[in-house]
Amino acid sequence: MSVFPYLVAGWILLAGLYGLVTSRNLVQAVGCLAVAQSSTYVLLLAVGYRSGATAPVFSDLPTDAPVVDPVVQALVLTDIVVGATVTALLLSLVIQLRKRHGTVDPEELTGLRG
Amino acid sequence: MNTADLLPLAVAVPLLGAAVLAVTGRRLPRPGRDALATAWAAADVACLTLLWARTAPDGRAVSWLGGWSPRGGHSVGVVLVADRLGAGLALLAAVLVLAVVCYAWRYFDEPSGEHGGVFPALLLLFEAGMVGFALTGDLFDAFVFFELMGAVAYALTGYRIEDERPLQGALAFGLVNSAAAYLSLLGIGLLYARTGELGLAQIGAALDQHAAAGHGRDALVVVAFVLVLAGPLVKAATAPFHFWLPDAHAVAPSPVCMLLSGVMVELGVYGVARIHRVVFAGAGGLPDDAVRDTLLAAGVLTALVGAVMCWPQRHLKRMLAFSTVGHIGLFLIGAALLDPAGLAGSAVYVAGHAGAKAALFGLTGVLLDRYGSVDEHGLHGRARELRLTGLLFVIGALALAGLPPFGTGLGKAVAEEAAGHWGGWLPAVFVLVSALTGGAVLRAGLRVFGGLGARPAEDPEAAATTGEGEEPEIREPGRRPPVPMLLVPALLLAGCLAVGVLPGVGRALAAGAAAFTDRDGYLAQTLGGAPAPAGAAPEAWWTVPGVLLGLLSTLLAVGLATAAVRRAPGRDTSGLFRVTVLPLRRLHSGLLGDYIAWLTVGLAAMLAALTAQL
Repeated sequence: MSVFPYLVAGWILLAGLYGLVTSRNLVQAVGCLAVAQSSTYVLLLAVGYRSGATAPVFSDLPTDAPVVDPVVQALVLTDIVVGATVTALLLSLVIQLRKRHGTVDPEELTGLRG
Repeated sequence: MNTADLLPLAVAVPLLGAAVLAVTGRRLPRPGRDALATAWAAADVACLTLLWARTAPDGRAVSWLGGWSPRGGHSVGVVLVADRLGAGLALLAAVLVLAVVCYAWRYFDEPSGEHGGVFPALLLLFEAGMVGFALTGDLFDAFVFFELMGAVAYALTGYRIEDERPLQGALAFGLVNSAAAYLSLLGIGLLYARTGELGLAQIGAALDQHAAAGHGRDALVVVAFVLVLAGPLVKAATAPFHFWLPDAHAVAPSPVCMLLSGVMVELGVYGVARIHRVVFAGAGGLPDDAVRDTLLAAGVLTALVGAVMCWPQRHLKRMLAFSTVGHIGLFLIGAALLDPAGLAGSAVYVAGHAGAKAALFGLTGVLLDRYGSVDEHGLHGRARELRLTGLLFVIGALALAGLPPFGTGLGKAVAEEAAGHWGGWLPAVFVLVSALTGGAVLRAGLRVFGGLGARPAEDPEAAATTGEGEEPEIREPGRRPPVPMLLVPALLLAGCLAVGVLPGVGRALAAGAAAFTDRDGYLAQTLGGAPAPAGAAPEAWWTVPGVLLGLLSTLLAVGLATAAVRRAPGRDTSGLFRVTVLPLRRLHSGLLGDYIAWLTVGLAAMLAALTAQL
């Protein structure tokens, strides 16, 4: 098993977090959160990967055929659903903020500090 | 009905109720919606009370969903496990949701028609997430319930979308918490890669087998520990991950604050304790000493930051939010001792604190309702007419300071005594934090409801969030506070008192704490073995030093509050204040990027601290 996909997952996570820290646009920040989340997809799929194996659908496979781990795929699907919900909710908050306050720059939101 | 069947039912009832309310809410008149929401919330309280009563003090109720029970110690199923502390926390969440539904009867001008019933439906969804998180025995399920609870909480925080600040608070809350949740998921992925399991008990057992097979402890376990705990630690608002909490609490509708501060944040501490205990406390996990020192340091830091930041606040809800941060630090200290006595103290403390803090948020809601402001300076003396509200507010502040015989005082006493065995200076942290947070709230109560002292001068240097210009959450200024808005806080304070006065509560929670720390019993019972009797339950009752320290912190709080209101206005702030408080306040910049940066810095520091101790 190659270490490469794990490095990729770590890199995607760091890229997403870096974007969250430096972003000056809340739409972009929510996007960065989605980027950080996609590192979990890569990591989970890498965990379940077996070289030479195929998709875990047994309808046209012999039952002893080597397949990749179906559990992590179920986890990734759940993860995607969770991520879609959270992203949609946060984006709707950003849209509402733009409508009411006319800005999507987090540095201009100074109502809460101290 | 079988006890095990109550576990999925406790999660399903509020989910079903939320669906029913969302569908029928638009057709029902307002009283019908309120009655329906109250009925569903009460049904879940009944269900969880039954579960609590039927769970043996030293045992657990285990339910494998869909009948996928383990064969030979292995299962692909998903499991719910309730012991006394898990079921108790779920029950606390259900009771608070019921209280909040009743409190909000006449509170909102909720939109009727198309969006009618959305608010109570969201409350019930929130309840499902919290109950599920408290009862799950599966790490991935914990992540899903964590995100369900989170997503609903973001929506509830930003519920008043006409205003700018709730949106800002909800965004900070959402981005920080969800980022932490994804870090947790990375940790879960690493544990799955090592063990091939997702259940808490199964992962714990597999890690132990891995260690028994002669493999040493390696970096994967340490990294996984830090990543998995990132989510619960952020939810628990542990410093330096606490920045989202005051922002969210200052802007959320008051009934929502009652839930966020009363039980959601505490669920984070519960998650930390549960995951550490079942997964990482065995031979294949991390040594107790390293974990204890790291979590104790985090707890002490959180407690001090919360208390120091609570004192200079003038926005009442933000003040209460920082007081929650301070108390969370104390709960974390109790849980971080990793012994039954400390955990019992934290459990009693959480129960008492939920009553007092929810009551205080509810009473602040009365102020917001009537005056459209939660600013300590702007409201100076204006609320003299609200005698009963003021009386309850002062009682709540004293309870927060740990006055015996309130439940907060009892929890503080028990946790203090347990902490004293590990470090003689730890009880001083408890006293200091209780005195500062209770004193700040008492000072605000004396000024707002009593009009004592002179009106404080403005300090142009302090980067402060004032509480002026808040949108009133209702649209009938000047009305008398509706009865539920006073009755519910009064009942919550009575509950806080009951935790400290009825010996049965403390005894039951202490037995639950002994069962909670019994890792072998949890593993055996979940995976189908026979439960071994847990160790002896610790004492959780008043002692002479406990009462004296409670009185001491209350006296300190009263002294601080009196000194603050009698202080001449316009006097220069002292040098100590400038050196300690102002830099700390500037760190609370309200900027999202800073919060995420603190998240990564904090996790890196935790990883370094743990690695250095191995």
